[in-house]
Amino acid sequence: MRLLDTGSLAFEALRRAPLRASMMLLATSIGVAAVVLLTSLGEGARLYISGQFSSLGTHLLIVLPGKSETTGAGMIAATTTRDLTLADAAAIARNPRVARIAPVTIGQAAVSFAGRERDATVLGTTATMLPIRHWTMSMGAFLPELDYDRSSPVCVLGREVREGLFDNANPLGRWIRLGDQRCRVIGVLGDTGTAGGWNVDDLVVIPVASAQALFNAPSLFRILVETTSREAMLPAKADITALLKIRHRGEEDVTVISQDAVLSTFDSIFRAVNLALAGIAAISLVVAGVLIMNVMLVAVSQRTEEIGLYKALGARRRQIITLFLVEALILASLGALLGLGLGAAGVLGLRAAFPSLGFAPPAWAVAAALGTAVASGLVFGFLPARRAAGLDPVVALAGK
Amino acid sequence: MIKLERLSRDFQVGDQVVHALRTVDLEIGAGEYISIMGPSGSGKSTLLNILGLLDRPTSGRYWLSGHDVSALSDDELALQRQRNIGFVFQFFHLIPRMSALENVELPMTLAGARPADRRGQAREMLMAVGLEDRMDHRPDQLSGGQCQRVAIARAMVMKPGVLLADEPTGNLDSHSGDEVVEIIEQLNEQGITVIVVTHDPDVGSRARRRLVLHDGEIASDSCAGDPA
Repeated sequence: MRLLDTGSLAFEALRRAPLRASMMLLATSIGVAAVVLLTSLGEGARLYISGQFSSLGTHLLIVLPGKSETTGAGMIAATTTRDLTLADAAAIARNPRVARIAPVTIGQAAVSFAGRERDATVLGTTATMLPIRHWTMSMGAFLPELDYDRSSPVCVLGREVREGLFDNANPLGRWIRLGDQRCRVIGVLGDTGTAGGWNVDDLVVIPVASAQALFNAPSLFRILVETTSREAMLPAKADITALLKIRHRGEEDVTVISQDAVLSTFDSIFRAVNLALAGIAAISLVVAGVLIMNVMLVAVSQRTEEIGLYKALGARRRQIITLFLVEALILASLGALLGLGLGAAGVLGLRAAFPSLGFAPPAWAVAAALGTAVASGLVFGFLPARRAAGLDPVVALAGK
Repeated sequence: MIKLERLSRDFQVGDQVVHALRTVDLEIGAGEYISIMGPSGSGKSTLLNILGLLDRPTSGRYWLSGHDVSALSDDELALQRQRNIGFVFQFFHLIPRMSALENVELPMTLAGARPADRRGQAREMLMAVGLEDRMDHRPDQLSGGQCQRVAIARAMVMKPGVLLADEPTGNLDSHSGDEVVEIIEQLNEQGITVIVVTHDPDVGSRARRRLVLHDGEIASDSCAGDPA
């Protein structure tokens, strides 16, 4: 039989059984749409997290006190790690590979104004924090440029702290109480939300020396280091480690991590999650395949007489198998295309609902979904096709 | 044309063996017009199915146009059916979603004929059975007699030598039945071997040669004009 005739016979048979055809189309298209949507979600989440990390700053190194790697048992006696100090920060800043640094101390303190009081996270740092973290200001100015060891009675508020203390009144120039100190509000941070683990909206930012006085502690929580370029990151990391080792009397008691390391870890985690999502969605395609098989089996038994007639008219075994396989294939392919359309519509909907997340299905997922749909149509279409081809023409013609 | 030699067909029904045909010997020449009659269960349908290569004998030989067809594979039988045998059934067996023309084309479609060839051939066949103005009608838009005429056109479109008709008038009123029988007789006059299985003595007696089966055996084999 000619290929075109096989196709049109199969297509006509489907067209005359719209309920059956649309059920199978629906099953396959839901499966494909599920793969597209789920992997889009996963990919969107991955891109979002990557974006969050890069919003922490580009080519950024973070210096933390303490060695995070496990050391030998003999080291237990020598674990008196030295604190990170402002002098360490100043020494790092002199390295030619370092563009700028921001020392960080952090603690909790009560803030109050005109009888209203709340707890806030107090961040002690320098003027360089604003560009390093890509923060924005909604009003006023950020911390002034000061020497590291100069304190100053000024503060910058996060959005929530400002709302908690001032409602909608203008806070600029007002004096608030912060622990046992007083400071003047000089600015309010922009609407940044959470970035890199801190809720920026809940911060009170003050000069680092003021924070050290407030918490009565000379040590730093972190030193953020922005290198001059991406290529400078690795040598800068080595420089800083070596420098602090000398400064800390030969002990390597700090950890320098790069944003890249964290980012690539998250990246690989999310790729794995995405694969798992695609796998789960692919199961729905196999379920769709089983449905195709069942509905095709029903079709075979409904069309027993027709199959008997084909046989009486000289159709050979392979022709009947081909006829039914082509039917399943047409359904699976149309269903896959429909599912792509549905999935694309869903992705557009998600994008409209969450414009900040970059939802897009990865190309491999689209290809895998289409491939699985067509393959399951063929595999699960084969059993019914074989059953049809194996019918005894006498019995089939009698419609039994 | 057709020669059956000690042909039998058994069916296993539960744990009993039913002998639908017992050692039938039969010779049918080219261009004959034969009716097969007999009560229900006499084996006439089984005989027709075997003659039509839809079923295989349990034992014995069957020669069709000089070829032994008793030991052919399913696909070889299908090929023989396609080339040599036309079927007309009691319940027409037309495909409801296809027009009369497409139904008549179907055997040629299955055989892989080109659309232009089969369309012309199918038109000729439909004209021969008087349905030139019904070609684009679907079976549900045709009367029973018209459906059976479409089925006859379909049976003859591959130009087979043998036409097998299984109760061709069984589902028709007497007027339509007469028309159908007349068309079948015209085909026989053109040299087609016609074998008709029927209950209806009026239809059966029109054949020149009449076969009566009883319990799977040929009870009588007479020709028109013979004393009954």
